[in-house]
Amino acid sequence: MKALVAIKRVLDYNVKARPNDQGDAVELANCKMSMNPFCEIAVEEAIRLKTKGAIDEVIVVSIGSAKCEEQIRSALALGADRGIHVQTDVDLSSLSVAKVLKQVAQNEGADIVLLGKQAIDSDNNQTGQMLAALMDCAQFTFASEVNIDGQNVEVTREVDTGSETLKGQVPVVITTDLRLNKPRFAKLPDIMKAKKKPLEKMTLSEFGVDESSTVSVLEVMAPAKRSAGVKVADVDELINKLKNEAKVIA
Amino acid sequence: MSTLVIADVQQGKLDGATAKLISAVQKISGEVHLLVVSFNENALTQAKGLSGLDKIIGVTHVGFEHPTAEIMAPLIVSVASEYSHIVANTSTQGKNLLPRVAALLDTQQVSDVIEIISDDTFKRSFYAGNVIAKVQVSSAKKILTIRATVFNPVAAGSCDDVKILDYEPGESKVSFVSAQISESTRPELTSASIVISGGRGLQNGENFVLLEKVADKLGAAIGASRAAVDAGFVSNDLQVGQTGKIVAPDLYIAVGISGAIQHLAGMKDSKVIVAINKDPDAPIFQVADYGLVADLFDVLPELESKL
Ligand SMILES: Cc1cc2nc3c(=O)[nH]c(=O)nc-3n(C[C@H](O)[C@H](O)[C@H](O)COP(=O)(O)OP(=O)(O)OC[C@H]3O[C@@H](n4cnc5c(N)ncnc54)[C@H](O)[C@@H]3O)c2cc1C
Repeated sequence: MKALVAIKRVLDYNVKARPNDQGDAVELANCKMSMNPFCEIAVEEAIRLKTKGAIDEVIVVSIGSAKCEEQIRSALALGADRGIHVQTDVDLSSLSVAKVLKQVAQNEGADIVLLGKQAIDSDNNQTGQMLAALMDCAQFTFASEVNIDGQNVEVTREVDTGSETLKGQVPVVITTDLRLNKPRFAKLPDIMKAKKKPLEKMTLSEFGVDESSTVSVLEVMAPAKRSAGVKVADVDELINKLKNEAKVIA
Repeated sequence: MSTLVIADVQQGKLDGATAKLISAVQKISGEVHLLVVSFNENALTQAKGLSGLDKIIGVTHVGFEHPTAEIMAPLIVSVASEYSHIVANTSTQGKNLLPRVAALLDTQQVSDVIEIISDDTFKRSFYAGNVIAKVQVSSAKKILTIRATVFNPVAAGSCDDVKILDYEPGESKVSFVSAQISESTRPELTSASIVISGGRGLQNGENFVLLEKVADKLGAAIGASRAAVDAGFVSNDLQVGQTGKIVAPDLYIAVGISGAIQHLAGMKDSKVIVAINKDPDAPIFQVADYGLVADLFDVLPELESKL
């Protein structure tokens, strides 16, 4: 059994995004970039599944600029076996990413595809579901627990009303939620070893997937700014303000 | 052409967000149709009491007791040709389902729309709500998840044009094993007018009782930060934030929450924000209308007795 893990290079979660001066994109110049935290969870889960013997090989794939190699190397340092880098400087739509991933999954004969439930930049929460549709297979989104027994996959998912457990058979697409696991940190010797692990370079043109998007960004702006209000001295003043000034409690 | 709104149905009941979705799409030209898929007739009956609809399409079949994306998506695709817009809520149901529909229709999706400007132009929030994008969609079909919480619901009314679709769900690639549903007598987090949330500062699950007592006095829903959920103080469905639920109540009270970007993403559109934190430099104070620098273990019992 093989697992394919899709990872994305994004603005680091500690950096507060803001519009650029032209107001047509998010300012990314000189900003710290990292692996999307949900993708880290997906990588970690694949490695754990391999340790448990549920799968034999972990392949990571990233689609993006030359710099994505950093994130692929990080995943290799964590324990993935090999990497695939589909190079493009175009910021592809989730649908196009899913189309590329479908081909990669097919070429590699992946039984399980793991992805983060959302990228913290686009906040789209689409790619895994789209990939499952294109692969015509089961999708387990927002996973908080994954159990694999041979071809059988059982996943507990976080939903608005609590959680639910579903099962199905490979091939499957799983998207990870925050509580699936706590990703490990790479150790220095593993970072060194990762430099020697195989990394295949491909270009987007090899996939014949449309680069253009039907969604164009007209403007990027900061949300209405909330200004800090006042500090109250004690509970009495707080209740008084809420009743008589804000009028939000009776 | 018309807009198809996919109703959120939870355990056979119409979720309150549906009335907000219907109100959100009134700006789009053409008729508004609501698709109600369930295993019983309850949600359909509820839907007939809403205004803003030109037609309701009802599908009732036992096979939809667990409406997985795998069985729902082909149903929506089968009716899609009649619609210019297909929309669902930014709920776990909508987020799970709609991208699968979009891919089957070979159409991009716009996620988490917070404003509809015209038939093809929308505002959406991304980067944890730190940036808003105005986007224009050129595809023939527009597929959108909409953040229902930022819209007011349509009023009660009536829609008598109900078309019952005889549809048998196909075989599903996934089967249902079990569900752990959080039962609560308090208002639902995303629709409550007052929310009181606890963070790591609460220290443990037992201490949430202090918060619950205040919530009961205020008729408030309970929320939590990721740290509180990760630590197991409360269940995951209470998480407010970028990757949890997004709320916009009249009053949001953050207790023992530092105010990380990801938490603010879920609550900063609340009308009035109160922060209770012992650290005067906690970032939550930068968005709070009223800040109280104090120990929550003193404040909560006092609040409860004085409210
Ligand atoms: C990909 C990703 C997604 C995330 N999504 C979310 C999300 O959806 N929602 C979310 O909330 N977070 C999310 N986070 C986590 C977020 O970054 C913060 O770690 C989290 O919000 C912190 O929770 P907290 O404020 O409860 O804890 P802390 O940051 O530890 O803050 C605890 C606060 O309690 C105060 N305190 C302690 N004791 C007392 C006392 N006795 N009296 C008064 N005050 C006290 C402290 O001063 C402190 O300010 C996400 C992070 C990542 C990386």
